Amino acid sequence: MTDISTIIKLTAAQIAEKIASGELTAVEVTEAHLARIEAVDEKVHAFLHVDREGALAQARAVDAKREAGEKLGPLAGVPLALKDIFTTRDMPTTVGSKMLEGWVPPYDATLTTKLKAADVVILGKTNMDEFAMGSSTENSAYGPTGNPWDLTRIPGGSGGGSSAALASFEAPLAIGTDTGGSIRQPAAVTGTVGVKPTYGGVSRYGMVAFSSSLDQGGPCARTVLDAALLHEAIGGHDPMDSTSIDAPVPPVVEAARNGSVAGMRVGVVKQFSGEGYQAGVVQRFNESVELLTSLGATVVELDCPSFDLALSAYYLIAPSECSSNLARFDAMRYGLRVGDDGTRSAEDVTALTREAGFGDEVKRRVILGTYALSSGYYDAYYGSAQKVRTLITQDFEKAFEQVDVIVSPTTPTTAFPIGERADDPMAMYLADLCTIPTNLAGNSAMSLPCGLAPEDGLPVGLQIIAPAMKDDRLYKVGAAVEAAFVERWGHPLLEEAPSL
Amino acid sequence: MTVIDLESYEDALATYDPVMGLEVHVELGTKTKMFCGCSTELKQGANSQTCPVCLGLPGALPVVNEIGVESAIKIGLALNCEIAEWCRFARKNYFYPDMPKNFQTSQYDEPIAFDGYLDVQLEDGEIFRVEIERAHMEEDTGKSTHVGGATGRIHGASHSLLDYNRAGIPLIEIVTKPIEGAGARAPEVAKAYVAELRELIKALGVSEARMEMGQMRCDVNLSLRPNGTETFGTRSETKNVNSLRSVERAARFEIQRHAAVLNSGGTIVQETRHFHEEDGSTTAGRIKDNAEDYRYFPEPDLVPVAPARDWVEELRKGLPELPRLRRKRLKEEWGVNEHDMQSILNAGAVDLIVATTDAGAPSDQARKWWMGELARNANETGRGLEELPITPAQVARVAALVAAGDLNDKLARQVIEGVLAGEGDPDTVVEKRGLKVVSDEGALSTAVDEAIAGNAAVADKIRGGKVAAAGALVGAVMKATRGQADAARVRELILEKLGVEG
Repeated sequence: MTDISTIIKLTAAQIAEKIASGELTAVEVTEAHLARIEAVDEKVHAFLHVDREGALAQARAVDAKREAGEKLGPLAGVPLALKDIFTTRDMPTTVGSKMLEGWVPPYDATLTTKLKAADVVILGKTNMDEFAMGSSTENSAYGPTGNPWDLTRIPGGSGGGSSAALASFEAPLAIGTDTGGSIRQPAAVTGTVGVKPTYGGVSRYGMVAFSSSLDQGGPCARTVLDAALLHEAIGGHDPMDSTSIDAPVPPVVEAARNGSVAGMRVGVVKQFSGEGYQAGVVQRFNESVELLTSLGATVVELDCPSFDLALSAYYLIAPSECSSNLARFDAMRYGLRVGDDGTRSAEDVTALTREAGFGDEVKRRVILGTYALSSGYYDAYYGSAQKVRTLITQDFEKAFEQVDVIVSPTTPTTAFPIGERADDPMAMYLADLCTIPTNLAGNSAMSLPCGLAPEDGLPVGLQIIAPAMKDDRLYKVGAAVEAAFVERWGHPLLEEAPSL
Repeated sequence: MTVIDLESYEDALATYDPVMGLEVHVELGTKTKMFCGCSTELKQGANSQTCPVCLGLPGALPVVNEIGVESAIKIGLALNCEIAEWCRFARKNYFYPDMPKNFQTSQYDEPIAFDGYLDVQLEDGEIFRVEIERAHMEEDTGKSTHVGGATGRIHGASHSLLDYNRAGIPLIEIVTKPIEGAGARAPEVAKAYVAELRELIKALGVSEARMEMGQMRCDVNLSLRPNGTETFGTRSETKNVNSLRSVERAARFEIQRHAAVLNSGGTIVQETRHFHEEDGSTTAGRIKDNAEDYRYFPEPDLVPVAPARDWVEELRKGLPELPRLRRKRLKEEWGVNEHDMQSILNAGAVDLIVATTDAGAPSDQARKWWMGELARNANETGRGLEELPITPAQVARVAALVAAGDLNDKLARQVIEGVLAGEGDPDTVVEKRGLKVVSDEGALSTAVDEAIAGNAAVADKIRGGKVAAAGALVGAVMKATRGQADAARVRELILEKLGVEG
């Protein structure tokens, strides 16, 4: 029997291999991770719900399959932490909000169904900023999550629960969603890997909507290959989501197994630099660019002027769509209901419920979006933002005529202390400066660790951006960078994280 | 109820020119809802035909029903509209508990069909062209039932029940451009337009368009302007006017009401109005000032609809003959006058007569039975003609039996009576009731001889040249044969036996 501390350090690929070979059982692996959660999650608070029985039942089924001689899939028996934004029949789905406290959906998201079909063991649901609105997970109605590198700091957001679960070795795989950076920025500040697939690459059916035209579910892991294996398992066309792309998943696993940047043209965008970038972040980014050159890539400087407008456009489009998407939370059919004493009208009950059930950031964005869509303001706000979106897409198109991928820091700073930006929404929004353009254009991007900032010893993320449906390039480049860094450091970056 | 002042219709029209806008919602007859796979069958229990999508559960996403789009294009083409090469759905944001997402998935500034017209025929045969602004796709809402109040409205109710079976059923909204120039005939134009549209929808096979079932619902927008002026007056929007007669009455009432308000120096409030079937009046609903804001924006959960041009052309080729042209053709083929054609139309007998002639009956026979015996029966039993338990083929069979001399009219009526009573098809009824015409010449000859012998005085008159008196003897023979003789043949025999030329 392998001990717990060894099991939890394994990658998903290693776990799957050991289960398939009989070296480990899925139950052993699951129990090890459940024990780790029990030991550290009180401090980390990555999970909102742990489904011990369900996870073990799934694990037993995998072991039974193996014993019966059935061929196991590439992730069979591997535990996973699922962001609490995907519907699950057998677990509550709260989206980090009081509004849906205790709600158990009557249906599984397509992504949930695919994970189950791949024999992935779902350990539970992870913490997040309420309705995925935030960059720190402080907006969760259920309390913040700590960054395993420093529990007094934020693990990024909105998917801070998923990134913290990975960095604290509670799970080797996790699922996130990325509307403006909610997969990549948490990956960056926790020293993990996160991928926002091309918009439409992973089904949104059963993923509670924040901003429909920007939201994209994707894989989170500790290695590039693990992310690719998960990407392949959850990707592909879904007839239940008309915006999902009807094409095969790009060959991400093959790319991750054959990392290389030799002969590739790598773009560095002028607009992803300047004021607000932490010195250590800039330093590690510059070293990454040098590394790429040393590995045989050609670096090209790019000018994408419309990227300067991305944050403004994002904060009109996302709130506008969310003001409509969240209208359904009216206390009538599911979730929280406040003040229904038999005398109040439906309108009063709805108002009281929203007052009690939505947090400040959600209210702020609903109000902002309602205003931006109002007649007389629509053209100036929502309309203009859509034009900016087109310009950003065009900037990317032009850029990708010159380069194969673009690189940038994932986020301008390392993890900031919990509470530091809680009362300063603008400062908080700046965390997504480099990630937002990709959401607006709908193409794909990855964040992976590129070292620790010298001044605070916290992880820095390197962002790789590829054109739409060229997600495989992220993995090809990512795998090469990862291998070179691990060789330079002598070990994966997470080895340097403090033990909890 | 508040008393509403009305101007006389004639006085109203002497001063004012009515302008109308008609908005018609048609529920499509698709098997499944507009954005999910739930059945559109409404007979099941409350909330039985629902799923995460039409309940608007968090995370659920819509997928467009292709038949819904096809139906919308067919309607657009039949209304002589342009069909958009590329259009999107839009969210219409407003709150109501029977709307699961608190927005309606509709279309805004990019309708699937736009800029068309429908020619409608008024009662005197005049053709009036109604211009069509647009036809767009959207989804229906659920249904609220308010319990505990006196009126069934939300006011005073203790609680409300919500049934989402209807939520997501595909609707096509057809909006006219302002209808000007109808003058005193505005109510008639409104009625004729809705009637023609209903026929068209039925002919396209995209909906049964039964107004009494709510499958077709009409809003009548109306304003008055002083005769000779151009600027539109303030309009009222009378909602859910759900029969042809009501459309006419609502327009007429609003003309009279607006005129009274304007004549007394008042102003028309832009508001919705409820129509009251019992007395044809309207009462105020909610105020519709221009501050009403649905915050429309393109629906990000659906991809744009871009109907391929060759598909549109294929649909255009497959369009049925338009109802008005078909009626014109049938009127000519049948050789009936405008008035009779209108009666046939009003009785809902056109398709039944066509089906009967298709089954082999001459059109005059088909018309005779459907507009005579069968119309009477339908009227007496309070049913529509199409609801009678007799098929056009059966009517054609009765007509064939008459033509072959196997039945006379009187017997044929009995056969139809038998079929309607559920005794079987015409041949079975003839068999069971023993209704065959007596065509045995020997038996008939004996009966004629007996009739002549028993009515000597009449027979003498006939011999004397009073051929018309033969009717009495025919009657006697028919009585003796219990009506089962062919009256024409009986008459021939009588005259023959009495040596008189017929």
